[in-house]
Parts: sequence; structure tokens; C-alpha cells
Amino acid sequence: MPTDHDRSNIDIAHLRAQHRLMWRIRALEQAALRGLDDKVVLGAIHPSIGQEAVAAGVVGSLRADDILLSTHRGHGHTLAKGASSEAMLRELLGRVGGNCGGKGGSMHIADFRVGMLGANGVVGANIVIAAGAAHAIKLKGEDKVVCCIFGDGAINRGPFLEGLNWAAVFKLPVLFVCEDNGFAATTRTSSMTAGGGPAVRARAIGLPAEEVDGNDILAVEATARAMIAAVRAGEGPRFLHAKTYRLTGHTGVDTAPYRPADELAARRKEEPILRAADLLRAAGVPESEILADQSVAEAEMDAAYRAAFDAPFPGPEEAFRDVQDIGDPAEGAF
Amino acid sequence: MARISYMEAARSALAEEMRRDRLVWAVGEDLGRGGVFGQYKGLVEEFGPERISDAPISEAAILGASVGAAMMGTRPVVEMRFSDFALCAVDELVNQAAKARFMFGGQTRVPMVVREPIGMWRSSAAQHSQSLESWYAHIPGLVVACPSTPADNKGLLKSAIRCDDPVVYMEHKNLWPLEGEVPDGEHLVPFGVARTVREGRDITIVSWSAQVHVCERAAETLAGQGIGVDLIDLRTLWPWDRAAVLASASRTGRLLIAHEAVQVGGFGAEIAATVAETLGVKVRRLGAPRAPIGYAPPVEDAVRITEAMTVAAVRDMLGR
Ligand SMILES: Cc1ncc(C[n+]2csc(CCOP(=O)(O)OP(=O)(O)O)c2C)c(N)n1
Ligand SMILES: [Mg+2]
Repeated sequence: MPTDHDRSNIDIAHLRAQHRLMWRIRALEQAALRGLDDKVVLGAIHPSIGQEAVAAGVVGSLRADDILLSTHRGHGHTLAKGASSEAMLRELLGRVGGNCGGKGGSMHIADFRVGMLGANGVVGANIVIAAGAAHAIKLKGEDKVVCCIFGDGAINRGPFLEGLNWAAVFKLPVLFVCEDNGFAATTRTSSMTAGGGPAVRARAIGLPAEEVDGNDILAVEATARAMIAAVRAGEGPRFLHAKTYRLTGHTGVDTAPYRPADELAARRKEEPILRAADLLRAAGVPESEILADQSVAEAEMDAAYRAAFDAPFPGPEEAFRDVQDIGDPAEGAF
Repeated sequence: MARISYMEAARSALAEEMRRDRLVWAVGEDLGRGGVFGQYKGLVEEFGPERISDAPISEAAILGASVGAAMMGTRPVVEMRFSDFALCAVDELVNQAAKARFMFGGQTRVPMVVREPIGMWRSSAAQHSQSLESWYAHIPGLVVACPSTPADNKGLLKSAIRCDDPVVYMEHKNLWPLEGEVPDGEHLVPFGVARTVREGRDITIVSWSAQVHVCERAAETLAGQGIGVDLIDLRTLWPWDRAAVLASASRTGRLLIAHEAVQVGGFGAEIAATVAETLGVKVRRLGAPRAPIGYAPPVEDAVRITEAMTVAAVRDMLGR
């Protein structure tokens, strides 16, 4: 983890870019939440508001041809990997031109063109799939890295053990990232998790693991970069435990009555975009430019939202497209 | 034509496909030692441990990793050992492999073969004997194959490896030593094309996997009694050869479906309903009772669909 004096050498232009990316993620999710109010986002939305430094710091440190697997709370990861905001909002609204043609929605968003192999509606399922994606990379002799992000709740599912062990046994190029927001749905994860936590479990399986303040973009990025470099160098899998905090409810409609108001107020002060802005300010970036990052991001997402809003739904024939090559999916029906 | 076993047929199918396509690889527990039944014997020597890969006892990871590896352009052949153990990886098969192409809007394919040996194998008891093919026939996105002969085990496995859909490939454990003629050279059996085992005018019997051989013996007995059986080996449950079954049932006017799996919710029900709805002919099913499979031979045998039961069902349907 970088210490404060490492920060005398901050790359301001890069930090500025990360600040912009975090604002784009937040503005995208704010547009998605607006879609809930407008009753055009019909399925569940799991916002990552307050967790943007993990997406920006980790995913932003990947190469364009690296591979990403994400979760139900994956909008930020997907955008950071390079997916188009308009295609994402179209997907969230279930429209033509969505990344998955409107057939996946928020929980199955994927963009294979940018190496994003999918969010997942099943907690923990992406861990074994990521191990396999890395297995294919190794078989083919490529130097890509797979990044697999999952929540703190996922470490209590079997695929966590099976996937980490697999990656370690076969020495695969994968970075596992536990994005720990303190909650698994409406339950505090700590109340349902025995032992020393994600990194301790990962180390027990033989993966070098580090914990990082997941709201500190510089710390996340520095740690992720070092780990990605080790993974790419063929040293085997690495594990990053990023501690952050979910500022919203579990879903867009969850008001999170189960947490005390003062806890939320305190955590709001530690959120990653504010902290990045403070660093920019301290480095002399004018307030107007800091504010512009927000307004430019909001304008982008506003336009993307309006385009999505006006886009048509896919037709019913899409129900039978891309089911499989063999056999007629409509056979026997109607 | 060469006379080889059902197991040897599968082994040569995999070896041929691995020689043809470098992206084909196999993974599962104990493959380096040839697999639990010997169906991978000798392959690690030719292809090396990366392509004939051992795996930890991690069924979810074996299947789930193969989903990821398939999405990344390789073609894994996944060995699940027993269909019973594949239940430890149902999420990976049903929610991931079968759905990825559709839910990602056609951005990917999941070309993998999931080998799940099925069926009763003397005194293997309740957790090593099940026939679960109808579970997967129910899942959009999956292909389900149940070969009954060495020739089909070669031709269907090769087709499965070349298929871009995930294929649940169910070999029957009792058939491993079964010998039969297998065509030389490139032998591919397409999915969804049934095999007419024998022709007859009085009744159609549809079956698959090891049960086909029981039906064949019953048909022989019935022939001696002057009853002609049109016996169809379905070969694949999804897709299933509706045209062949409907054509035969419309000729004979009677249809019996026999399978080793539990009758309730079995695939026989799907065939019976389709034929009854389409042709209105008389249909009947012969499937196992809804009881787990026991260890002691008399208990195990009590849930078996026998030749005698098949003969009796046919005679009853014909009123003879
Ligand atoms: C296997 C499975 N069980 C339960 C759920 C329902 N569910 C969706 S998200 C969630 C909480 C997951 O918590 P965590 O892994 O910490 O991720 P977070 O939501 O905090 O990002 C649950 C229980 C699910 N999607 N999949
Ligand atoms: Mg969580």
C-alpha cells in the first residue's frame, strides 16, 4: 500500500482521468436509478455508488485485451473495461443496441469486444468461470490476464474454494478481487462469515493476498498494478481484498432501513470520489475543472439515457435467436 | 469396419478429434490414469498432461472452468465421472453453459462436451446409478446425447466435440465392454437422427441408451410370437427425431416408450404426449418406479425395466 510520502509524486493527469472515470460510473448508475423512477428500467439494479475506486483502480489497470468477469453489481467494472455507456443504458432498459441486444439486462451485461465476459446473476459463479478463462489463456500460451471481481458474500460459496484452488494448482493468470462493501444483500457479511476474512482464506489456499483501502483510488491502483504485473509474469494467481462501502441499498429499491443513519453519514465522508477530488485540489487543480468532470459525465449519461429511452425494444423473434445451433427452440411449443 | 468396444469407440473419437483440432482438450478427475473406467487410457501419453488434464475433486470448477475456457475459444471435453456427481455442478451447466450465448445476446458460444456416465451398473446403489437425461432435455441451450452402440459412441462423440452448443453426453456404464462394428475413417453421427434398430408393422418401441438392447431382445421374442416391432433408438434426446417417431407410430398405430430412468417426469412422457397430441394413437410408457436404486441385487433389479416387462406391455397393448 502506498504511504503518504509516495503521494508527492502523483501523476495528476492520470488521477484526473480516474476522477472522470469514477464520475462516469456514478453518473451512469444515477441514470439507471432514474430509469427505475421513470419505470423504464424494469429489472433489478444493484448500484455500486461509493465503490467506484475499485472499478477504476483495478479494471482501469488492465490491458485492453485482458479479460474481466464481474457480478450483479458490475456496471462500474463494465464501463471501466471500455463498454459504451449508451449500449449499457440500452441494455439496462432492455432495448435494441444494448450490449446483449436487451436480452441480458443489468445482471447479465457483457461486452466480449472489450474482453468483458459477463456479469453474473449467481453469486460466486464467475470465480470458476474466470479460472477457466485463465486456463484457456495458459493453454494457448497468451499473456493476457483475467480479472475476476466478486463480493464479500461470495466467499462463502463453494466456487470460491474450488476456483481459487484451481487457479493455484494450475498456476493460472488470474487476479481475484473481493470487492468488500460490508453487506451481502441486507445482511452484514461479517455476521455470517467465520474466520479471518477473504485474504486469510485466499492465503490458506496458497494465493498471495493483500488488503487495500478500496476507497483510495491511488492505493487500489498501486496494489492492482503490482499484482497484475506478477500475474502477467507467470507467477500464478493473486488475490486483492478491497474494502469499500455500499452507499445505496442492495438494489435500487432497497432503502436499507437495517443500517443506522449515522453510519451512512460517516461513510459518505470517506467515499472515493470526494477523496480523489481532495487530492486533485491539493495538487492545485482548479475547482472549476473538478466540477467539470462531474458535469461532463452527467451530460454523457443524460444523452445516453435519452437515446436508450427512445430506442425500440427487440422483437419477439429474439426469444428464439441464439438459444443454440442444434434443435428448434420453438419445437413443441404453441 | 472394425469390431471395437463402446469404450474404445469413445477413446478413438476423442483421440481423432484432438489430433484434428489443437483446441480440443479433456479435463476431469483421474484422467491421467486413464479415467475411472479406462475411457481415457493412453491419451495422456499422446497428448500430454495439459490436454488430458487431471482435476481436483471440484465438480463445480471442472464444469465452470470449462465454461470459461470454452468462451475463450477452446473446446473442452469435461469428464464428470458419474452423472450423479455432475449434480455438484448443475449451476455451471444449467445457469452458465446453457444460458451464456442467449443472455449475452449471441456474443459467445460455449462449445463443450460434458460426459456424464449414467445408468445401473451392478450394485452401485443410489448415488452411482441414476439416469438423469430428462433433466437436461428440459434445459434450453443444451444438447443431450445417449449413445447405445460402439458406432454411435464414436460418431456422436465426434459430432459433440465439433458442436458449438454445450452437449451433455451420457454414456451408459454397463455398455463400456459392449462390442460392435464401427465404420472405418471419419464416422460422424448427426444429432436428431434416430436409428431404426429393426422394422415391424404392429407396434413402435422408442428407447435409448442401454435400454435399447433390452428392447431388442424383447422384439426378438415378440417376433417369435408373430408380433412385429418397429424399434427406434432415439440416440439424442435433444434434439429428438420427432419425424421418425411420428412416421413409425402412424404406420403401426401404437407406441411404447421404454427407458431406464424414473418414469415420472421422464423423457418418455414428452414423446408419449407429442405422439398422442399429433396422431391420437395409443401410447404407453415403461420407466422405472420413483424409488432410489438399491444396492442388493434383488432390490436393484426391482426397479429395472426388463425384457419380460417389455414383452408383456406390448402384448397388452395389442390385446394378445
Ligand atoms: C447463489 C446465489 N444466492 C443468492 C443470490 C441472491 N443475491 C443476489 S446479490 C446477493 C448478495 C451478494 O453479496 P456480495 O457477494 O457481498 O455482493 P454485493 O451484492 O455486496 O455486491 C444475494 C444473496 C444470488 N444471486 N445467487
Ligand atoms: Mg457485499
